[in-house]
Amino acid sequence: MELLVFVIASGMVLVGAVGVVAMRNPVHSALGLVLTLFGVAVHFVAMEAHFLAAVQVIVYAGAIVVLFLFVIMLLGVDTAEDLSIEPVPIQRPLAVIIGVGTVVLVGTAVIRTRDTIARGPELEASGDSNIRLLARNLFSDQVLAFELTSVLFIVAVAGTVLMTRKQKRVAPDRDRVGS
Amino acid sequence: MILAMVPNSTWYLLLAAVLFGIGAVGLLVRRNPLVMFMCIELMLNAVNLSFVAFAVRFGDIAGQTAVFFVMVVAAAEVVVGLGIIVSIMRRRPGATADDLAELKG
Repeated sequence: MELLVFVIASGMVLVGAVGVVAMRNPVHSALGLVLTLFGVAVHFVAMEAHFLAAVQVIVYAGAIVVLFLFVIMLLGVDTAEDLSIEPVPIQRPLAVIIGVGTVVLVGTAVIRTRDTIARGPELEASGDSNIRLLARNLFSDQVLAFELTSVLFIVAVAGTVLMTRKQKRVAPDRDRVGS
Repeated sequence: MILAMVPNSTWYLLLAAVLFGIGAVGLLVRRNPLVMFMCIELMLNAVNLSFVAFAVRFGDIAGQTAVFFVMVVAAAEVVVGLGIIVSIMRRRPGATADDLAELKG
């Protein structure tokens, strides 16, 4: 049963990821991203990280993808891109080599160390639920980082508003004429 | 019999590696800035997946806290990045990543 969940969710993740890369239309890429994010949320549930699964669906699949779609629609860049044009001649083979090399390198490291990495106790052995453990860690050990993220958000929001605001045209001397 | 196998953290780490590789290839191949951004999200999700897998394996909740922070910072990053893309695209419609060599806007 768990194997079935793993296989189906992994299929969602990989199909969505390939869709993001291979689709010509950015809207379709965004929908592929939704599929991937839901697959990752299913994996989180399977690993009993329930709070993170909920946050994944709400923040990623909800807010971030909606923001992407909103920007795509706003800019009108939802025209299909011709993927057959290759601007730099050997770009794609090199990219594939880099990608496959990364996967092989990390995969080899994972497989070779699969028995030597220490194995800890069960996460919920103390009887506390996942969200309670997470909250205790977040608001005791990591509380400074938690507070700093609020500063980060203020800066990000203020900076974005300032950056994307349309410059107001300075009307030359209209006030002076009126007075 | 094969259905009785339980996926352990190694499987999740391998899946995360593949997902990261796909995201990296997409980031290198695609030229639309928005799609490149989505590929960055793919890579962040791959890392999140491996963080949770390690948190379960070590029995340490700090890994899941790290994922929480990654999500928070990713949200802020998307806001700023899309703001930059909007303000660039407003001046030059249809710009690809190759056209954005200079940061003059």
